[in-house]
Amino acid sequence: MNLTKLKKQVHLSGGQILDPLAKTITKKDILIENGKIKAFGNVKTSKSVQKIDCKGLIITHGFCDLHVHFREPGREDKETLESGSMAALAGGFTRVCVMPNTNPPIDSPEVIRYIVDRSEECPIYIHPIGAITKGQKGNELTEMGAMLAEGAVAFSDDGLPVTDSAMMRNALAYGTMFDIPIINHAEDLCLKQDGVMHEGIVSTNLGLPSSPDLTESNMVHRDLSLTLLTGGRLHVPHVSSSKSLDHIRLSKKSNDKVTAEVTPHHLFFTDNDLQGFDTNLKVAPPIRTISDQKALVEAVKDGTLDCIATDHAPHTIEEKESTFDLAPFGMIGLESCFGAVNKVLVKENNLNLLNLVQLLTTKPRDIMGFNNNLLDIGVHAELTVLDPKEEWIFSREDIQSKSKNSPFVGQNMYGRIKFTINKGHISKL
Amino acid sequence: MKHRHLLGLKDYPADDIKSIIDTAFSFKEVLERPIKKVPSLNGKTIVNLFFENSTRTRISFELAQKRLSADTVNFSASTSSLKKGETFKDTAQNLEAMKIDAVVMRHPTPGAPLHLTKHIDSIVINAGDGTHEHPTQAILDMTSLYEKFGYLKGLKIAIIGDISHSRVALSNIYGLKTMGAEVTLCGPSTLIPPFIEDLGVKVNYNIDEVIDWADALNVLRIQRERMHGGFLPSIREYRNLFGITTERLSQHKKELVIMHPGPINRGVEIDSAVADSDQAIILNQVLNGVASRMAILYLLLGGKLGEGND
Ligand SMILES: [Zn+2]
Repeated sequence: MNLTKLKKQVHLSGGQILDPLAKTITKKDILIENGKIKAFGNVKTSKSVQKIDCKGLIITHGFCDLHVHFREPGREDKETLESGSMAALAGGFTRVCVMPNTNPPIDSPEVIRYIVDRSEECPIYIHPIGAITKGQKGNELTEMGAMLAEGAVAFSDDGLPVTDSAMMRNALAYGTMFDIPIINHAEDLCLKQDGVMHEGIVSTNLGLPSSPDLTESNMVHRDLSLTLLTGGRLHVPHVSSSKSLDHIRLSKKSNDKVTAEVTPHHLFFTDNDLQGFDTNLKVAPPIRTISDQKALVEAVKDGTLDCIATDHAPHTIEEKESTFDLAPFGMIGLESCFGAVNKVLVKENNLNLLNLVQLLTTKPRDIMGFNNNLLDIGVHAELTVLDPKEEWIFSREDIQSKSKNSPFVGQNMYGRIKFTINKGHISKL
Repeated sequence: MKHRHLLGLKDYPADDIKSIIDTAFSFKEVLERPIKKVPSLNGKTIVNLFFENSTRTRISFELAQKRLSADTVNFSASTSSLKKGETFKDTAQNLEAMKIDAVVMRHPTPGAPLHLTKHIDSIVINAGDGTHEHPTQAILDMTSLYEKFGYLKGLKIAIIGDISHSRVALSNIYGLKTMGAEVTLCGPSTLIPPFIEDLGVKVNYNIDEVIDWADALNVLRIQRERMHGGFLPSIREYRNLFGITTERLSQHKKELVIMHPGPINRGVEIDSAVADSDQAIILNQVLNGVASRMAILYLLLGGKLGEGND
C-alpha cells in the first residue's frame, strides 16, 4: 500500500457515489481541492489535476470502526497508532475508536490527551475510549467528565468485563450526565473459567476447555436491565451468541438507548473452523456455532445489530505461535473486514450493498455522534473507494498491521478496497 | 497407513486400527520370547518429548523402542520453561535440527501434537495431549479387548468416571465406535462433556444398570482436585454412586472384564481386591501397551517385519 499527499486538485472520475445518508447511488464525478470536496458532477479541471479512474468502483463515506486495539501506549511491538492507521486505511477505515486496555490503561485525562495529541500526526482520525474504572480494576470510576473534555468519546473496560453489578449500574448512571455510550465486554468470568472456546460438540471433540454462550448472554441481559434502571446508554460490543441477540432484540423494543455491534469474524467463521487448533481463531467472546452465525446474519438484517466493528486485536507471532492454552485472545481485522462481511452479508445473504455500507459508516458515526455529512461541498474529503465485486484471496501481503494474527489469510474474499482518501492523503492498494 | 502421524483416533480408519492390533499380537509373541528384541527399527532415532510427567507412558514407549532396536532420546521439558519465553517452536526446531525420525510427545495442551507437525518433518505420535486424545492408550485398550473377546464389533464397553478431563475416554470413544463397539459412559453428570452423545455413545448415571449391560468396564482414575471445582462433593459420595467395589460387583452375578489405564487410585474409583481379581486385565494392558506401541512405531516408521528375525 502506498500513502501519498493529495495533489492540489484531485478528480475522481467515472465512479458511482454511494451516499449512505441520502440512501442513493448515482454516477457522478467528484473534484477535491486542497483536501476538501469542491464539486460534484461534470467537474472542470486544470491540467495539473490528479485524475483517479474510478470506473466500476463505488465511492462512499470513509468507514468508521468503533472497536480497535492499537496497543499504544505500552505494547508498541504489537501495534502503534501509525501502524494501526495504515491497517485501517487498507481496510477503507478513516476513523476509529481505540480501546483503553493499554499499558498503562487509558484511564485518565492525561492519557486521553496523549492519544489525541499523538493521533494528530496519524493519517486517520483516532478517538480514544476511556476506561470505565481506574486501572480497569473494577473498583473506582474514572474521571469521565475530565476525560470527555480531553477528547474521550465513550467508556469501556474492554478486554475485561465490569463484573460488579453495582459498579456497572453506577457507570451507566454516571454516563447519563454526558449522554455517552458505556461499552461492556460481556463475559461472566466465573462461568467462563479457563474456557478458550465455545462449549459445544466441537470443544468436546477437541478436548479444549470451553464456556457456554450464557457466559455472554447472562451479562448482556444484566447490562440491558441496568440500562433500563439507570436510563444510561449501553453499547454492546462484539455480540457473538443467538441468546444475547434475543435479549437485545427484546430490549430495543422499549429502550432506544441500546446499540450493538458485530465483528466480521463472528459473521464469517464457526466453531467448526477451530478443528485445526488455529490460535488465530482464539478470541473473546469465542467463535460460536453455525446457528449463532446464522442468527447474527438475521440480526444484522432486522436491525438488532447496529454496526460492524472489527475488534482489531494485534498480537505478536511469538505469542500466537504458542499452544492454544497460552496464546492470547484476539485477532486483527481491519484489512480483511470489507471483503469478509461483503461476502457473508451481500453475496451469500442478499443484504443490500447500501445497507452494508451504512453498517460501516453512518450507523457507527451515529452511535458516537460523529459528523455524517461527508458528501457535501466544502467538507474535508473522508472517502473510501471500493470494488464491490472483486473476488480475491486474503494473504499476508495484504496486512498492514505490525501483527499478522489473522485467520482470514487464505480465505476467499468478495469486494475490495481500492483507495482511501483522508486528511489530505490518498492510500492506494 | 492412511495417516503419516498418529495424533488421535478421530477419523482414524478402521483398517489401520485393525492392522495395528494384528501387528501388536505378533510383537506380543516376540515379547514372550527369551530374547525380546527385533532389529526392525535399526538406525531410526526417536525422541520422547515429555512436557508432563508420565513415567508409565514414557517407559512403555521407551521399552517398545528398545525392543525394536531404535535409538531413543528422552527429552523432558517443562511447560514452565515455555512460559518463561522459550517457545514451543524453538523446542520443535531444536528437535528437527537433530535429524530424528519420530517424536513421541506428551503435552498438557490439546492440539499440541498437531501444532508440532507444522514445525517439523518427523513423524509425530501423540502420547497424550491434555484433555484431548491419548490414541496409543485407546489402541492398547482395544488390543486387550480383542485379545480377551476375539472381536470388537458389537462389544459393550462402559467407560466409568471423569469423562470430561479424560483423554483416554475420548480416544477410546473414537476408536471403539470406529470398530463397531457400543459405548456407554457412566460418571457424575458434572464430569460428562456437553454434547458427548453426538459421538454416538450413551450416558447412564446408574452404575448398576451399566454393569448389567456391559461386557467390559474401563475404569478411569478420579483425581482429588476435581473436588475443588465443584465437580464432586467427596470421594465417599463418588464411591457410593460410581465406585467399582467388591460389594457392588458381588451383587451382579455375571462375567465382567475390568480395565484401568492406570495409575490406579486403590480404594477410590476401584477396590484393591477388584483390581487384583481374575476379571481384571490391568496388567495385561501394560504388556499389550508395549506390544501396541511397538506395532504403531513399526507401522509408522516403515520397519520391515521378519527382517533379520531370530
Ligand atoms: Zn472485548
